[in-house]
Amino acid sequence: MIEGQVFPSVPAGTVTGNRGLVVEEPLLFEQGSVAGSGVDLPEPRDVPDGLGGFRRTTPIGLPGLSEPQVVRHYTRLSQKNYSIDAGFYPLGSCTMKYNPRLNEKLARLSGLGDLHPFQPISTVQGALEMMHSLAVWLMELTGMAGVAMSPAAGAHGELCGIMAIRAAQEAKGNPRKIILVPESAHGTNPASASLCGYSVVAIPATSEGRVDIAALKEKLSDEVAGIMLTNPNTCGLFERDVREIADLVHAAGAFFYMDGANFNALIGRVKVADLGVDAMHINLHKTFSTPHGGGGPGAGPTVLSPALVAFAPLPFVRKTKDAFELVETRAQAGEAAHPFGRMKGFHGQFGVMLRALAYAMSLGKDGLRQTSGDAVLNANYLLARLKDVLTAPFDGPCMHEALFDDGFLKDTGVTTLDFAKALIDEGYHPMTMYFPLVVHGALLMEPTESESKQTLDVFIDTVRGLAAKALAGDADFFHAAPRLTPRRRLDETLAARKPVLRWRPDVAD
Amino acid sequence: MRYLPLSADDRAEMLDAIGAASVEDLFCDIPADVRASGVFDLPDHQGEMAVEQAFSALAQKSLSPACAPTFLGAGAYRHHIPAAVDALIQRGEFLTSYTPYQPEISQGTLQALFEFQTQVCLLTGMEVANASMYDAATACAEAALMAARVTRRKAVLISGGVHPHYIDVIRTQLAFTGIACDRLAPDPLGIEDLLGRVSPDLACVVVQTPGFFGGLSDFSALAAQCHANGVLLVVAVAEPVSLGALKPPGEMGADIVVVDGSSLGMPLSFGGPGVGLFAVREKYVRNMPGRLVGQTVDVDGRRGWVLTLSTREQHIRREKATSNICTNSGLCALAFSIHVALLGDTGLAKLAEVNHAAAVALSRKLAAVKGVKIVGPAFFNEFAVMLPKPAAEVVEALAAKGILGGVPVSRFYPSFPELENLMLVAATETNSDADMDALVAALKEVLQ
Ligand SMILES: Cc1ncc(COP(=O)(O)O)c(C=O)c1O
Repeated sequence: MIEGQVFPSVPAGTVTGNRGLVVEEPLLFEQGSVAGSGVDLPEPRDVPDGLGGFRRTTPIGLPGLSEPQVVRHYTRLSQKNYSIDAGFYPLGSCTMKYNPRLNEKLARLSGLGDLHPFQPISTVQGALEMMHSLAVWLMELTGMAGVAMSPAAGAHGELCGIMAIRAAQEAKGNPRKIILVPESAHGTNPASASLCGYSVVAIPATSEGRVDIAALKEKLSDEVAGIMLTNPNTCGLFERDVREIADLVHAAGAFFYMDGANFNALIGRVKVADLGVDAMHINLHKTFSTPHGGGGPGAGPTVLSPALVAFAPLPFVRKTKDAFELVETRAQAGEAAHPFGRMKGFHGQFGVMLRALAYAMSLGKDGLRQTSGDAVLNANYLLARLKDVLTAPFDGPCMHEALFDDGFLKDTGVTTLDFAKALIDEGYHPMTMYFPLVVHGALLMEPTESESKQTLDVFIDTVRGLAAKALAGDADFFHAAPRLTPRRRLDETLAARKPVLRWRPDVAD
Repeated sequence: MRYLPLSADDRAEMLDAIGAASVEDLFCDIPADVRASGVFDLPDHQGEMAVEQAFSALAQKSLSPACAPTFLGAGAYRHHIPAAVDALIQRGEFLTSYTPYQPEISQGTLQALFEFQTQVCLLTGMEVANASMYDAATACAEAALMAARVTRRKAVLISGGVHPHYIDVIRTQLAFTGIACDRLAPDPLGIEDLLGRVSPDLACVVVQTPGFFGGLSDFSALAAQCHANGVLLVVAVAEPVSLGALKPPGEMGADIVVVDGSSLGMPLSFGGPGVGLFAVREKYVRNMPGRLVGQTVDVDGRRGWVLTLSTREQHIRREKATSNICTNSGLCALAFSIHVALLGDTGLAKLAEVNHAAAVALSRKLAAVKGVKIVGPAFFNEFAVMLPKPAAEVVEALAAKGILGGVPVSRFYPSFPELENLMLVAATETNSDADMDALVAALKEVLQ
């Protein structure tokens, strides 16, 4: 397709560097001429130019490709990706479950997927009803008093919750200074707290992988605005003392934010309101099956307790006697509401919400309960069948994910990273590695409810086989992995030391 | 249940292997009374057909722009999306993969994002772009925070020509971080004096072109004034198609450029999900929020791509990170990138001409309607019209006639009586002459 392009030789030993179905693909910018286009447009109307002196005088520099060239380009790129459609993806904390295709179809329905955000409210009643219905599902599943629907992802939901907490503290006269965050927390937790002007104080974990209550008591004071607690936590364990924690936090005049990234373990079984939660985001792109799309989009609706609900951000949907309203301004919100502001343009991740509602309706309350049951069963099955060869730092049962540390690799010369890369050659996406930070060389496996027993059995055999190989002293095998992938280990140090963040004609290769 | 593969026998065997009597036992760490109180007033599972019927019924309760002449903009523009875009983003390898943490098996997403970053740089005239933000509004807030980090100053000035949602999101975020935020009054005529307000205590000035009210600006003089005062210039673009025809912000001297990418590749979807593009000058790269894809080589010396410079990010830096963003808008960035790849230089330039000419044609037709006045001189594909009546009423009356005629400015600025009669009208390649004539005829009736 392109001439004069040379790629360094590869072990494949082919002339092209291609390996059968995996074909080397140059960048868009290394293909085609500027003149072509893959879109046929109508001629512009013959009217006088109104752009005056604001016109672009330089070409943009985009290549011009025909439609078949573009389709082939992206098809070839797609073939270099692992995906949940193609295989088991036990990436802990990420809930890589099956993404139903029905949801994709429904998101594209005319009358939903093609609505403009600023149509008159009378012409978008179905859209507002959809958002309202999902809100009702989320409130009922959590037992919470309200839900802010606009956050765009989990981290954005955290921000929403902490903003609501700060607004509530300010309303009481003092925003306070500190948010407590356990050491095992996801990095977004401290980052979100800090974006709300709080300083972060870490709480250590016990040898059981849970919050150290004594340390928590010590750190609680009238300067603490709230705590951010992941539950089940990032070790895959339920925080047994959660209600005591909530009581302590509330007694100190602080609020309880629960990171709901792991809600898949609880759905249909427990109402988090009963745990004393004041705010919790739900990653629709995890628990509610909306596709992760290679990095997003997601949505992080944030459920709120009665103490926080008045501070929910704009906009929100309100049901009146015979219609749905979209509350977009403070004036519309009324006296009782004190929205802390706005978090997002337009009305939130509508298309993601729609997919989530389709998922909830498909499974129903019985299916959602089965979901958490199967997710937790699958994780415990992995734990039970792997704990004799891998090292499990904490006693089970676990919730939706099973955590191991790198103790089993001691003196083998093989690291967690090496082990994971060897799994890639076996056809798996690795588990989450080196997170949470509270155990050494963490391997966090989240199978989700989407996997069959057969899939798990084959995976278990694979992991056991690799563990035996590591113990047998075959470190070189691991260091060389992966060998069968479109690219082998990449030089991340070089990437960071001499950043090449875009294509330029002179550094094309 | 169709999404759940385990059979009753599987479950029994697995419980046996675990040594638990029941699945319920696995939840033993959750206080028993809390488990017992979990009763849900929700329906049970449904088949695919039933769910589909429910959504079809919902769809019928709204007026689809596909069935009505539509001239709505205000930051969201209706464009034709080539069929190939949706076909490609629905490939499971793109749709159902996670963030590309394992580069050896994510080269597809990584290369596509590297191409996306390059396209964003070319379109905006900037040096470095990240792999996407949630949307333009949140990207504006990130830009303001970044400017405060770079300059170590605690004040931001926002033009009245910026989209009110962007303004609100910036103000909300800054209020929580103790950064002062001065926003000028809504500026439909493009007459505000920004130059005179640039001072050495500002971290940045935030502007937009085409402006919220449609007006075009060249910010070169403002950029010079900003730089003379050590202030960063943040330029927002709500309609990326305009970049096919207009001088890019990078050429005007912008330091940070934020673009709402959703015009290209994505359905309107009631405003979300979209994608925020975020581009900066190279010298600020280590202060940027969001993910970056960089080029490198593998152990065999072959070119490849990885996520890089991640010491800026939350998973490494935690509370000291440049942002809390994790999941971004990957698939929307891909859709944007595919649409731009299909258009190419000539296609995007032509699309921009078609849009502009449509808006010019519409403005001439509307200017001929009695009582209607076009506000402001130069525009791209959207302009403001002053009506003889409150715009909200007019828009409702037009909707009753099956026409989505415009967006009333009062929806954003209810407390500005002087804006009550102002309506934003956009035209794109999707609008036929017949659509325009229908709007004009309906407007004449409504204004009578
Ligand atoms: C425990 C936990 N908290 C928060 C997040 C952040 O969610 P998101 O990526 O949707 O912003 C994640 C996801 O990566 C997570 O695993």
